[in-house]
Amino acid sequence: MRWHERASGRLTLFEGRSVWRDALGWVRRVGRTLGPLAAALALALAGWQALVWSGWRPAYVLPGPGPVLHRLHTDLLHGDLLRATVITLQRAAVGYTVALVLGMALGLVMVRARTLRAALGPIVAGLQSMPSVAWFPLAILLFRLSEAAILFVVVLGAAPAIATGLVAGADHIPPLLMRAGRVLGARGWNRYRHVLVPAALPGFVAGLKQGWAFAWRSLMAGELLVVIPGRLSLGVQLQFAREFSDAAGLLAAMIVVLLIGVALDGLVFGRIERGIRARRGLLDPGG
Amino acid sequence: MTETGSATLTPLCSDHAPPTAVALHAVTKVYGQGRDAVPALNGVSFAVRAGEFVCLVGASGCGKSTILNLIAGLDRPSEGTVEVSGRTTLMFQDAALFPWLTVEENVAFPLRMQGAPKARRREQVRAFLTMVHLQHVARRRPHELSGGMRQRVALARALAQGARVLLMDEPFAALDALMRDRLHDELERLWREAGLTVVFVTHNVREAVRLGDRVLLLAARGGRVVAEFPVALPRPRRIESAAVAELSALITDALRREVADHAVA
Repeated sequence: MRWHERASGRLTLFEGRSVWRDALGWVRRVGRTLGPLAAALALALAGWQALVWSGWRPAYVLPGPGPVLHRLHTDLLHGDLLRATVITLQRAAVGYTVALVLGMALGLVMVRARTLRAALGPIVAGLQSMPSVAWFPLAILLFRLSEAAILFVVVLGAAPAIATGLVAGADHIPPLLMRAGRVLGARGWNRYRHVLVPAALPGFVAGLKQGWAFAWRSLMAGELLVVIPGRLSLGVQLQFAREFSDAAGLLAAMIVVLLIGVALDGLVFGRIERGIRARRGLLDPGG
Repeated sequence: MTETGSATLTPLCSDHAPPTAVALHAVTKVYGQGRDAVPALNGVSFAVRAGEFVCLVGASGCGKSTILNLIAGLDRPSEGTVEVSGRTTLMFQDAALFPWLTVEENVAFPLRMQGAPKARRREQVRAFLTMVHLQHVARRRPHELSGGMRQRVALARALAQGARVLLMDEPFAALDALMRDRLHDELERLWREAGLTVVFVTHNVREAVRLGDRVLLLAARGGRVVAEFPVALPRPRRIESAAVAELSALITDALRREVADHAVA
């Protein structure tokens, strides 16, 4: 309900009478978003099951949703899958944080100095279009099979997107806001911290989101290529499952990878985005 | 009613007069260089006494906003000098509130930039919001307010800056007439209570006569002060009053002549 209040941008006082109405509204709202999603999910599962039943591939290569979901359940409770997920998420968190700091610094430099932007812009754009997997051979040469190699590629994947997002967000700031900031005494670092970055935030969040997508993809590629003994990450789980022809285990790990991506994109970034837009009156009240 | 050419306008510097708050001496401003050079101001001179309310009127493109930018220090004159005593602040036609901050955070913004401690900020914000009668919307966001309320928040924010010279660039042009009248009353009251100096740019002659101690008429192009009209009417004035209308008609005629002269030349 707190989320509902924040998203609507209105502060409603807690009143006994309206709690039920709020709850009902929340259920309806969740139903409206989750209803179509549940339908699509059911359809996908049905298609999967139909494919299995068609006998296109034997069941030990392509198991149906039933056995895979059962396997997912047991692996998460008893197997290594949960530990693997924790390792992978830790790497993602570290990589994304480093990328965030570097990407923001790079973006601010590009916003501030036109010459540097002309110099760095095409390089950053090039880095962004470069498939991050292509970095791994070099990363492994430089850092061997280590955490550093993975971190290196995750940061290279995500930081350019974050920097580009900040520059794009800054480009869309109404000039009047920057002028108002100057008139009101925001100079030097304050101008960036209190005017430019918050004003650029709606556009910047899109860059943060894209940066996350790149970081997550790079991380998965890295975990498949850079296997570190004793570090049973999600990528390693995928590799092992393939090597042991454990199709159910493989699909269960894939579902975890997919769910994490969806959860971060929709729940974390989607919520941040909606919150920012609601607070600034950029959200259609009907939507 | 005196009409004075800019060349003969002498700054008021006698001993008994209040000190000068703003003075422009033969200010020229050219944008661009070489063949692309666009002259915005061409030898503007005028002075504003401390505590005076001066309105600048002129056709669009006569350099009114440029003058305010120069006084605010956002821009430098190409030639001539701009003297300002005391801190200035500038208000625009758009309230230009920061959409990510609440009303009270917006008003606190200049204090925060000055590094004022939190307790003082809170106290000052309350005082300034009360001054513009908006203490009840302190926690709201700008997008939840009407245009008039937003402009009042902008006024409170400008006052919070501690400026002695308030520069206003057509601040009420986007508001409906009723709201504008209310804001005229409010601005007049604040100007008197806080002892501010106001330089107010508008293309609305009646608004200028309603508010100003003096109305300066700017040349249609070439940016000079071509005429000066002291407004000797007692305050508070009503924008509908016959006296305001009479003087407005006189100034409007001068403005029309100015535009027409320029069209012929």
